[in-house]
Amino acid sequence: MQKIALNVREHIIRMATDGGCFIGASLSAVDLIVYLYTDFLNVNADNLDDPDRDYLFLSKGHDVPALYGTFVELGLLEKERLNNHLSLADHIYWHPNTHIPGVEFHSGSLGHLPSVAIGVAMDIKIRGGNNKVVCILGDGELNEGTCWEAMLVANAYKLDNLVFVVDRNQFQANVRTEELIPLEPLQDKFEAFGAAVKRIDGHDFEALKDAFDAYPFQKDKVNVVIADTIRGKGLPSIQERADRWFCNFSAEEIDQLLLELHGHAITELTSETLIVR
Amino acid sequence: MSYEELLTETALANEQFIVMTAENRALVRNLPAILGKRFIDTGITEQTMIGAAAGLALRGRIPVVHALTAFLTMRAFEFVRTDVGIANLPVKLSGFIPGLLSDGNGPTHQAIEDVSLMRGIPNMTVFAPADEDDLVKMLPTIWRSKEPAYTRINARKTGYVHEDYIPGKAEIISTGKDVTILTYGLLFEQALVAVDILKEEGLSVGLINMRSLKPADEQAILDAAKSNLMVTLEDHFLIGGLYTIVAETLLKYRQTADVLPFALKERWFRPALLPDVLQHEGFTGKQIAERILGYQTSHIQPDILKSQFAE
Repeated sequence: MQKIALNVREHIIRMATDGGCFIGASLSAVDLIVYLYTDFLNVNADNLDDPDRDYLFLSKGHDVPALYGTFVELGLLEKERLNNHLSLADHIYWHPNTHIPGVEFHSGSLGHLPSVAIGVAMDIKIRGGNNKVVCILGDGELNEGTCWEAMLVANAYKLDNLVFVVDRNQFQANVRTEELIPLEPLQDKFEAFGAAVKRIDGHDFEALKDAFDAYPFQKDKVNVVIADTIRGKGLPSIQERADRWFCNFSAEEIDQLLLELHGHAITELTSETLIVR
Repeated sequence: MSYEELLTETALANEQFIVMTAENRALVRNLPAILGKRFIDTGITEQTMIGAAAGLALRGRIPVVHALTAFLTMRAFEFVRTDVGIANLPVKLSGFIPGLLSDGNGPTHQAIEDVSLMRGIPNMTVFAPADEDDLVKMLPTIWRSKEPAYTRINARKTGYVHEDYIPGKAEIISTGKDVTILTYGLLFEQALVAVDILKEEGLSVGLINMRSLKPADEQAILDAAKSNLMVTLEDHFLIGGLYTIVAETLLKYRQTADVLPFALKERWFRPALLPDVLQHEGFTGKQIAERILGYQTSHIQPDILKSQFAE
């Protein structure tokens, strides 16, 4: 998993040029996504249309380079297609879409996929299936009221086949969550909504495995995993920097960042920063 | 047959159907007991209901979703557009108390931009039955199609027996060379009254029940444009509804016509019981006919039934 995650980080860094991408949020979610697809979820190139497969919904959307990078490593997506990032010749752009095999639903508008995931989890319950449904949320995304509306409904319908995973990287788009719209105590909030909650280090594969091995956490309760993560994880030069949310690096910077990822010197970044939404 | 009877029969005959509501049960009171787990009430959460409907549709279901039209088409608009529209899923929206049918509720509940909003969503189809008979004749086709659909639910009984519904086609009630009235939904009832008065005043009058607003029956509109006067009659804002559809259609075919629109112009209507609302807003059959004629008549406006529901 470590090796796969490192490869995915390389894919992400390479997508952060010629138009750029949301690199910080992608790097915080990599380990989560890699863990889920390599251990927890029954999803592979051969079962994408099987109604008994598991489902992953990427609600935060900005972390799509992490998803596509993982798809490449899993053999769901040809590596060459990542070179088509932002090209009219393909459908690889800043948010997920179902033109890419393995993407269950498009996202981009925050607070939507909790309810879509609920619909899928409801249908699985009605049919008596055993599929698991995972929905990855950003922590900033939790500002959206529909996330909490969905928690009410998931609790009412006892959707213990549904796991909401919060990529708790501490950042909204441009600002720390606790400086703008504080979320803590986050675990208490979810528990008050009736969820069974686990809070873990979202970059620790063993901790992830321990948490997800306990699925379903409690009968009749919707599962929530708060994964504490670091925005920009793997690249000290952008880690936890509010101005390195969306990045469009030069070719030279990309080369430097790839070296930095492997433990070389920290890159001196000169490309423009972006603090607009 | 009532709306609820038709929905019950449809859902029992086909396991794909899921009946959903955002705690608006007026049209589906008996369905929880009949459908069991295939009846889902998400509470007062129009947005979550639509998102969940999209999820159910991803799994091969046909969700028929219920809420007051104002909240279904406006509170949940972005969910309809983004989750149902972009994915082009067969989610069937049943909007309760559209247009003037929200009578005494006030402007928060007045869905008089719903046609405009829903027809603006790519893939979405839009329907407005004239009464209960029209509703139950149209819905089987609407529910059978693979497209997302929004229906302005109108279950009033008028006693008029409609023709069978042909997808995308208007119902031509009559044709006339002096005036042709194009209408949809609740005001069909008043259009029938207006047509009688106009005929008694010696005019040759056509009446078209549009039924489907997207797709709209372009040929019916072009044929109506051959009358000396076209009248568009709708309980909707002037912008974005039938008047707009007529304008778009005529322009598309490089035609023009004299068009008299009856609609709500840049304002909400005065809340009251339905018969009083119609009178106040100038939408009774007699008022419509007299505005077309340009003079008062001695004709008597038939009584208008009050609405059954007041949620």
